[in-house]
Amino acid sequence: MTDLIRLTIAEARDEMKKGAFSSVELTDAYLAAIEAANPAINAYVKVTADKAREMAKASDARRAGGTAGALEGIPLGVKDLYATEGVHTQACSHVLDGFEPRYESTVTANLWADGAVMLGKLNMDEFAMGSSNETSYYGPVINPWRAEGSNANLVPGGSSGGSAAAVAALMCAGATATDTGGSIRQPAAFTGTVGIKPTYGRCSRWGIAAFASSLDQAGPIARDVRDAAILLGSMASVDDKDTTSVDLPVPDYEAALGGSVKGLKIGIPREYRVEGMPAEIEALWQQGIAWLRDAGAEIVDIELPHTKYALPAYYIVAPAEASSNLARYDGVRYGLRVPGKDIADMYEKTRAEGFGQEVKRRIMIGTYVLSAGYYDAYYLRAQKVRTLIKRDFELAFEAGVDAILTPATPSSAFAVGDEDLASDPVKMYLNDIFTVTVNMAGLPGIAVPAGLDPKGLPLGLQLIGRPFEEETLFKTAHVIEQAAGRFEPKRWW
Amino acid sequence: MSVDLATVKRVAHLARIAVTDEEAARMEGELNTILGFVEHLSEVNVDGVEPMTSVTPMAMKKRADVVTDGSKAEDIVANAPESTDNFFVVPKVVE
Repeated sequence: MTDLIRLTIAEARDEMKKGAFSSVELTDAYLAAIEAANPAINAYVKVTADKAREMAKASDARRAGGTAGALEGIPLGVKDLYATEGVHTQACSHVLDGFEPRYESTVTANLWADGAVMLGKLNMDEFAMGSSNETSYYGPVINPWRAEGSNANLVPGGSSGGSAAAVAALMCAGATATDTGGSIRQPAAFTGTVGIKPTYGRCSRWGIAAFASSLDQAGPIARDVRDAAILLGSMASVDDKDTTSVDLPVPDYEAALGGSVKGLKIGIPREYRVEGMPAEIEALWQQGIAWLRDAGAEIVDIELPHTKYALPAYYIVAPAEASSNLARYDGVRYGLRVPGKDIADMYEKTRAEGFGQEVKRRIMIGTYVLSAGYYDAYYLRAQKVRTLIKRDFELAFEAGVDAILTPATPSSAFAVGDEDLASDPVKMYLNDIFTVTVNMAGLPGIAVPAGLDPKGLPLGLQLIGRPFEEETLFKTAHVIEQAAGRFEPKRWW
Repeated sequence: MSVDLATVKRVAHLARIAVTDEEAARMEGELNTILGFVEHLSEVNVDGVEPMTSVTPMAMKKRADVVTDGSKAEDIVANAPESTDNFFVVPKVVE
């Protein structure tokens, strides 16, 4: 049965179509893999084995009846940020203790409507605030990758660390994730998986716990580019329940794969060559450029002059929106309640006990920058800088650039409990330096594995596209994947 | 700009998060590190620049002004820490 979990979504789909095995068999193989690996990896915070078997059985019945959806019988993991009806949904926070929503998020509803099977809920940084999955109330996720000759535990990145680790360790066929500043692409890069943050408005945010509403987007983490394309095709939709959901039909992303990149103009932004960047990241970038040039793409140097202001602007906009969004966790309607001497005391005690340190830090920053007398100096200025960041990209696209190639992260995965990073929040924030610009401008971005560093750890490249041109990203990322090959961790768990 | 201990406590109260003196002191340092980092934005010339208010250039979708949902009081209070007769129960707020 262990062979079944090695199949990609596309392979499992095609095999089940031929009747080689059932969804029940595939689901059982994944549940066994989770049981074996989760004690070491901690990717799942809740395994829904009974529900998974029921869904798989229903899927097999549908297939027997001649109606199979695009993801018929494919077992998936779901990030704990997504509301799943009657199932643990806590954004990996203590403040949502015991929360089991009476509704289903639009994205997961789309997956189930296409026949997919839910294996359980995946670990993440609390409320998606973190770049290492260490802020989770359920403890850190351990990266299935280890440095050559080392037993040290590494982080899988964050905030979608559980999604990335589960995909890399073959504990699900694919996973849902979300990305506010790099939370899909950075963990994908750290685990040798593929992650795409689509254009803002492509996936409905309805039923996904809100962190920073103008930046949050749902997307998949998958084993290869084809699987990411298949998953996004099911996750994306036009949804009346999200006023920022864009009225555009969802294309057949998988059909874009295999297309030629001949004549495609790929921009290389000089501003992404940051001080202190390791030589292997620069080498990987040059390798990516060479692969695309060999495939017939035209490489052009571009300027994105406001790049260095994206992260500081993000750390105003995102906390400001978070402080507002997280005001709802007050111990009244759901989750944890800590009694107090009056209602204000109850609010304060509930939130003090319910939120972890990083979440509190961001709520405090957000409250401060929105408070009387500071709004113009911080929030308004940051939103103006955001306009400038977006304009940088628009000018590049107007000049004919089809996609932009950059490194995905400034380093490979780091150690769990890294003291240097823990002591300075800003150092941790710098992990998102290459990914955050994309959220600020609302553009699509994909991270694709491109090589290993000298320690044997995976590194990724990022492609940034024009709004709603995810097909260009899939096509180009596929060319990189064909050249680089795929990367799998050695099984130690 | 930077925050002092009194400001940290005031902001914590605005955010309805109880903090001990020890926590407030630690937060003062952390918040000032972050505020020092975002200070870089003051270098940018933003004269005449419109603040971004919409990520994608589109008019916000509006739905018809009709009732499409409701009659789910039990669902709504289902996760409440305390409820009676489909009302949320909170500590007394009016003497």
